[in-house]
Amino acid sequence: MKALRNFMNKIEPSFRPGGKLAKLESVYDGMETFLFTPNATSRSGVHIHDGNDLKRTMITVVAALVPALLFGMYNIGYQHYLAIGQAHIGWFTMFLYGLLALLPVIVVSYGVGLGIEFISAQIHHKEIQEGFLVTGILIPLIVPINTPLWMTAVATAFAVIFAKEIFGGTGMNIFNVALITRAFLFFAYPSRMSGDEAFVKIDSALGMGSGKVVDTFTGATPLGQVATSVGDPSMTNIVGEPISCLDAFIGFIPGSPGETSMIAILIGAAILLLTGIASWRIMCSVFVGGLGMAALAHALPSATYPASLLDPWTQLCLGGFAFGAVFMATDPVTGARTKTGQYIYGLLIGVFAILIRVYNSGYPEGMMLAILLMNAFAPLIDHCVVSSNIKRRARRAAAKVKED
Amino acid sequence: MATVRLKKGFDINLLGAVGDNAIAKADFPQSVAVVPDDFHGIIPRMEKKEGEHVIAGEPLYHDKNHEAIKVVAPVSGTVKEVRRGERRHIDAIVIIPDGGNECVTHDTKQDAEQLLLQSGLWVMMRQRPYDVVPVPGMKPRDVFVTAFDSAPLAPDLDVVLGDKRQYIAKGVEVLDSLTDGKVRIGIREGQSIDAPKAEVTTFVGPHPAGNTGVQAANTVPVNKGETVWTMDIVTLARIGELFTTGKVSHDTVVAITGEMVQQPRYVSTMMGADLETVLKNELTNVAMSRIISGNVLTGVKVEVNQWLCAPYRHITIIPENNKPDEFMGWASFSPSRFSIYRTFTTWLGGLSKPRSMDCRIKGGERAIVRTDEYDAMLPMDIYGEFLIKAIISGDIDKMEQLGIYEIAPEDFALAEFADTSKLELQRIVREGLDKLRAEMS
Repeated sequence: MKALRNFMNKIEPSFRPGGKLAKLESVYDGMETFLFTPNATSRSGVHIHDGNDLKRTMITVVAALVPALLFGMYNIGYQHYLAIGQAHIGWFTMFLYGLLALLPVIVVSYGVGLGIEFISAQIHHKEIQEGFLVTGILIPLIVPINTPLWMTAVATAFAVIFAKEIFGGTGMNIFNVALITRAFLFFAYPSRMSGDEAFVKIDSALGMGSGKVVDTFTGATPLGQVATSVGDPSMTNIVGEPISCLDAFIGFIPGSPGETSMIAILIGAAILLLTGIASWRIMCSVFVGGLGMAALAHALPSATYPASLLDPWTQLCLGGFAFGAVFMATDPVTGARTKTGQYIYGLLIGVFAILIRVYNSGYPEGMMLAILLMNAFAPLIDHCVVSSNIKRRARRAAAKVKED
Repeated sequence: MATVRLKKGFDINLLGAVGDNAIAKADFPQSVAVVPDDFHGIIPRMEKKEGEHVIAGEPLYHDKNHEAIKVVAPVSGTVKEVRRGERRHIDAIVIIPDGGNECVTHDTKQDAEQLLLQSGLWVMMRQRPYDVVPVPGMKPRDVFVTAFDSAPLAPDLDVVLGDKRQYIAKGVEVLDSLTDGKVRIGIREGQSIDAPKAEVTTFVGPHPAGNTGVQAANTVPVNKGETVWTMDIVTLARIGELFTTGKVSHDTVVAITGEMVQQPRYVSTMMGADLETVLKNELTNVAMSRIISGNVLTGVKVEVNQWLCAPYRHITIIPENNKPDEFMGWASFSPSRFSIYRTFTTWLGGLSKPRSMDCRIKGGERAIVRTDEYDAMLPMDIYGEFLIKAIISGDIDKMEQLGIYEIAPEDFALAEFADTSKLELQRIVREGLDKLRAEMS
């Protein structure tokens, strides 16, 4: 480490004002604080500080996303080889294919997002902040695998600039940046975001896994199938074999890379709750709200709205509901910040997600819109909760005046 | 007697606690200083010049706005230096003791407020709102006195009190005559206070249970337009002593604590004593240490050639930086990197074990991201985070509505320690209080 430290010290002058690379000062500072805990000691206030910082917090969230990421890669390969009729191929080949398919998306997402963050930090002469660490991994997990890379790049740039940087950067945004990326793609290029061709990668990934698609192939997600079904909603996999709720729970269904496996998501949820990063109030109330709304819809089944025929548990296992509940709704920056507010916020996300799914057949997936909607309402919810504290204090003062 | 149980907060357990209650006697100080910054809210106007002789209890300076508020010399001697910093701000008034024990004897029959102002004990008290030295002529609604210090490594105030305990009842009597309400004393379990006129409440729970602000908020909170006084039990006993003997006692017992102390112990010395004398033979490695007059949360950083600051009962010495250039500290799995959060592994080994902690900030300053960090450390019916945001944005109405009158910077000290975003909360609160005070006057 000594050599690295010496190297960093040696190159430092050229990054400082007047140096040749002064334009990259923020990048240097970012690298230095990444490699070495800053030696700065406290100047005012408390003399000791907790060891936790935003880097650690963000990296823990990334760690919680890893199970979903790994399973997502495997599932991309599984769906691909199923589609080209080679479902017997080894799991490692499937994983490798998925890795090669997803890697470019990850590179593009981080490249574009971090690039903009670096430039913005340099313009404002601020430290590079860690917010995009999580966003950068969320984007590949929620964008359909067949989205062209340039679309992902454009959407990421749009989201980072217009949903985050113009509000003041990490910690200041109103809407979840990854969801804005997804929403931008969804509304700008709707034909590429849903239907048969979005979620299963058929062509080869970086030269690997070419083959001919089997005749029975249909790439629609279970939720997509349900939305367009008539009568009893029976779900099938991409080659027409029926699938069960258990398949959806394990994750062998088409969908965005991160969202299919309930198991991988629950491992992530366990990490987030154990480390105390995500609010259990939000997470639990999203599930409660979703379950309640799904049960209500199921109790009043209607052929006009085929999704109402799904039983509530299946409803929660499908689509991005669980992924959104665990990783998106719990984003502390865009969610409600008061404890009471978090219950209301989560509950309404769950309710709206299922409401949109069931009663608006134009959007078979409701989670993204539900979270974005509640992001907008979170400050209002907090305002109401804080107002009750303000009123209590005012009443107390008024009672005191009366007494005297 | 009521008992209040507080759940929020946290007891930080540091290495270097005092082992036993024996009190060693420090040498007579070579110099003694009064540090005006200790008495927030007072603008000094000197009454003594450099070279003049003072006796203990004689005024050194008074407040610009209230001439009656005096700050007195703790010892008899010669004013050696009025040390000034930027913009002629007075950093310290240094007295070289002459060894005599001449001191001012007051007439205890006179008006209580006048006597407190004259004796120099007035400035040892604080008022809410604003956490400043009380404004004379204003009757406080209540007087809040804390009988224990819950801060990390804090001294046992019963030890600091010593035989001054006998004056508590008299002190309560005096303060009771100055307030319309009650003298409310907060004690911890197992303590007892022998003062019939006081309203005693037991507080059970972690730090900051010993803060007067927390005690007030959980018994009779401060409303807009009200004024209360706050102080610790030692100041109360000093007041009792003044009204019994006519003299102010300026000696004090100081706990010398912390990892970098040779042998943590109690030492008896004098208010404002020079640290070179107080810390003789106690320092292990001056270059690597940070000396704090006070506790690690609210104390002030001092050098060894400076003096003991208010509240004159605690010195903590901890390492400045015990892991320079720590490689990728944010990725650490080491249980020695202390964090109260479960993102690190410290909690696996138990958070209550004594730990070594240094002064590194361990992260960059960020916008507030995580929720509930401040509220978990603030046992008051206040939305800490929203109040901090109101202060940062300078929204006076919001600050009032969210309860700024109830708080002091020290109440946010623990939240500042725990803050993932590393904001300087105490500084923010102090600036907010000062701004509000300027607006209201």
